[in-house]
Amino acid sequence: MSFLNYLISGLSLGSIYALIALGYTMVYGIAKMLNFAHGDIIMVGGFTVFTAISSFQFSPAISIITGIIVCTVLGVVIEKVAYKPLRNASSLSVLITAIGVSYLLQNLALLIFGSSSQNFSSVVTMKPWQINKQLVISGETIVTIIVTTAIMIALTLFVNKSKPGKAMLAVSEDKGAAQLMGINVNKTISVTFAIGSALAAVAGILLCSLYPQINAYTGQMPGIKAFIAAVLGGIGSIPGAMIGGILLGIIENLSKAYISTQLADAISFAVLIIVLIIKPTGILGKKITEKV
Amino acid sequence: MKKRIFSIALAGTMILSGLVGCSGKKSDALVIGGIGPLTGENAQYGEAVRNGAQLAVDEINAAGGVGTNGMKLELNFQDDEGDSEKAVNAYNTLKDNGMQLLMGTVTSKPCIAVSEYTYSDNMFMLTPSGSAIDCTKYDNAFRVCFTDPTQGKSSAQYIGVNDLATKVAVIYDSSSDYSAGIYDAFVAEAKNQGIEIVITQAFTKDSKTDFSVQIQKVKESGAELVFLPIYYNEAALILQQASSAGVTAKVFGCDGLDGIINQLAGDASLAEGVMLLTPFSVNSSDETTKKFVSAYKTAFSNELPNQFAADAYDAIYAIKAALEQAKVTDLEIDASELCDLLKIAMTKINIDGVTGEMAWTAAGERAKDPVPMKIVNGTYVAM
Amino acid sequence: MRKLFLKSIKSSTRNKFSTYIMVIAFFSIAAILVEAGILGSLFKGLLVPMCYYIILAVSLNLTVGILGELSLGHAGFMCVGAYVGGVFSILTKDIITSALIRFPLALVVGGLAAGLFGILIGIPILRLKGDYLAIVTLAFGEIIKKLVQNIYIIKDVTGFHFSFATSIDTSTIDSESKQVILNGPMSISGIPKNANIVIGVILVLITLFVIMNLVDSRSGRAFMAIRDNRIVAEGIGINITKYKLIVFSFSAFFAGVAGSLFAHFSTVDPTKFDYNLSILILVFVVLGGIGNIRGSVIAAVILYALPELLRSFQNYRMLIYAIVLIVMMILNNNEKFLRFKERFTFKRLFAKKHAKEDA
Repeated sequence: MSFLNYLISGLSLGSIYALIALGYTMVYGIAKMLNFAHGDIIMVGGFTVFTAISSFQFSPAISIITGIIVCTVLGVVIEKVAYKPLRNASSLSVLITAIGVSYLLQNLALLIFGSSSQNFSSVVTMKPWQINKQLVISGETIVTIIVTTAIMIALTLFVNKSKPGKAMLAVSEDKGAAQLMGINVNKTISVTFAIGSALAAVAGILLCSLYPQINAYTGQMPGIKAFIAAVLGGIGSIPGAMIGGILLGIIENLSKAYISTQLADAISFAVLIIVLIIKPTGILGKKITEKV
Repeated sequence: MKKRIFSIALAGTMILSGLVGCSGKKSDALVIGGIGPLTGENAQYGEAVRNGAQLAVDEINAAGGVGTNGMKLELNFQDDEGDSEKAVNAYNTLKDNGMQLLMGTVTSKPCIAVSEYTYSDNMFMLTPSGSAIDCTKYDNAFRVCFTDPTQGKSSAQYIGVNDLATKVAVIYDSSSDYSAGIYDAFVAEAKNQGIEIVITQAFTKDSKTDFSVQIQKVKESGAELVFLPIYYNEAALILQQASSAGVTAKVFGCDGLDGIINQLAGDASLAEGVMLLTPFSVNSSDETTKKFVSAYKTAFSNELPNQFAADAYDAIYAIKAALEQAKVTDLEIDASELCDLLKIAMTKINIDGVTGEMAWTAAGERAKDPVPMKIVNGTYVAM
Repeated sequence: MRKLFLKSIKSSTRNKFSTYIMVIAFFSIAAILVEAGILGSLFKGLLVPMCYYIILAVSLNLTVGILGELSLGHAGFMCVGAYVGGVFSILTKDIITSALIRFPLALVVGGLAAGLFGILIGIPILRLKGDYLAIVTLAFGEIIKKLVQNIYIIKDVTGFHFSFATSIDTSTIDSESKQVILNGPMSISGIPKNANIVIGVILVLITLFVIMNLVDSRSGRAFMAIRDNRIVAEGIGINITKYKLIVFSFSAFFAGVAGSLFAHFSTVDPTKFDYNLSILILVFVVLGGIGNIRGSVIAAVILYALPELLRSFQNYRMLIYAIVLIVMMILNNNEKFLRFKERFTFKRLFAKKHAKEDA
């Protein structure tokens, strides 16, 4: 029975990682950049909803929409101001800029909201699901799992079926060729950032509902973990992000339960290394063929 | 490549030249340096200390300063990001800015690092919250809080003597020196008290939001009491997750747990019955504490002071008392000379602060042991 | 005459010499200014850290700039060096009493241990490329940090007591002769603080000498061939595995030396060696110019000092630091700005002057 409990809590933790990893993987797939600021956009999403509820007394639904809009706009603005001028620069330059943006967001939040953790009141009103005496699944967990799955399916459909989605695929394959085919590359990248940031907002809200505290550094560690999840699943692959996230959450909780609480993180990192040694591009990653 | 180097050099010189004018200001007050994290994950502790200390400095200055000639105090607080290396840099900056004595540092590891320097400079230091044993290794260092081993030992003794429980579970932060320090002392003393530690669960700085596994294990262990030598943020999450998992064991913690009532906000009822070793309680009916709490709330946008703020507030008042005891009247006094005077004066003072009666031994420790409190109806009650 | 001599030697040699002279000049001027009391204690305290950050940046530049592989685990190697070097010094404090012999040994031992780790980590991940390699190095760095903060070692008359993940039961230990060497998450105490600016500068010069000559050697050209086109490099018979391992071990060795230097100067705290530190070093490398050794030196000095110099901005300090980072990155990749800057470089100004003189 306790095994099931560990599994379920791992699933709920993992689905949060998966949700964040979806945003990571989208941006990576198109812009080929490790967006280190993604975790901090999560934090901005959380704080927006927190402010909307506690200071402006908005209803949860309106607060969530506000959070998503703010993050979407923020994502697009960051892309325009900080990343677009570096479109032709080396990928390392973009990485450092993303780190700069991450510091910027953290320190802005620190100045605005102060350093102590704020109490986030959960936006989920669903009752916990009592399977039997020992097994209870909280409403937040159920909502997180459903939302993550729905988003994954919607994203897969969007990318494969819709026109802007196909444009994304084309840009991710070959920027130059896509441009020649009449695809507006800049617009496509903007759309990607908008979607990625909107996902980050959703992830932020669910993260803060599940673990009801928020401060300027809330997004940092989940951001890194989700990054690892995205790589584990094969960065750039949407179902891969989902699988990687959930796997990471479950591994983390099971190693806490059966191996060592001190070393749980080290174990999940070790699993990542082993997977990558066996499959160098992650579980669902595309095999890269190199040409001269 | 040349261009890039040039641009960096350019930016650097611009910043340097912009800053030269700022330093070396002469002060008309005795300069107390402060060091603590104002950015980074420990920023909340540093900020509380800075606020508490600033409040005390402002109060003292408004009330006519220190001693017979009304010497004014000035607080210069520098950020160390909770890092030992940066703390030493902050210490050096303060020295350049004319610091005469140090109130800091806030966290233990930087405190130990800085104490090496204060010792060789013979600079007086009073740390509000550096609780590791080595923080006050040297005779120029004193502290307001209790040491980690003292807290661990007192907790085990209290639980043992009062028969609170015989089966105890521990959840601690294995990546934190504070938590691990208390835990080690607790385990050692638990043996003497006949307490059985049925299960020990750890977590680390990198995964401190999800405690479901630890809580499940504690639940299965059948422990009657959970010992939480950790800070209130994580403790609040543990209480919330434990309540939904249906854990009913009693909870016992140390001074890091102070502030938990406010952190739980919506479910403050979860904190009911939590026992903690804390010299300060924000809800105390004591006059000094009441005055401090209301002044703090007015000064810092309604925020409630925590243990760190209280320690810092007391630290400044202790410095004031020691200065008066040593009859220091010269504003320009040399830091080393001041240190020699204060070292002796500290052991002679006995004042009443928000963290209780304060007197120090020559080893730099508080003369009294911590007392346990219990949360009843949302306030702390002495047990 | 002097001009002729300078011109007659190879440009790369000239470049190397000017880097050494730059380092020596900077640190001697700084030391003189500190001694004269013009620069305060802050600056004095920054000099040794600048040395180990220069070594870290230069050694990371070897992996990132010369070999072209992104590594986010440099702090892990530094951690190994700091722990091994530090523990070596604690243990041999009573045996080798002369710091003049013990400290260099501690530096070498720290470096070798880290170098060994570099090879151990290098072998399994040779297959990986680009961002996958980056994440694996990050993972290794984090694993090293996690492992060291769980090691407990106590020494007493009966010998050594080891423990992993749980602290040692002190009741079995002879309290008279007890010496705590490693204590889990606590910082290491008892490392003699032997580091000083002279040793720091000597180490920087040694690092620069070794790495610059390595880059300039036959192996160095192989590294760059691998960076520029791996398949072609393989095709002309360059043994990629061998050269990659050479780079990994050298890079890790010097990171270990820097770690050992750090251990003998500051406090060794396991939480310091996280990915944020690796990223900080990477920032030095990228802003100094990828592949540009001298740029790494300059960037490490300026960017390490920057947050300290921004202290008068108080709460806005780190915010300004972040903005400076972003702006520098964007400007360095902006063509218009680069062209504008071109007109104002020292070289151009001097060139104009000379032109006038000639005419």
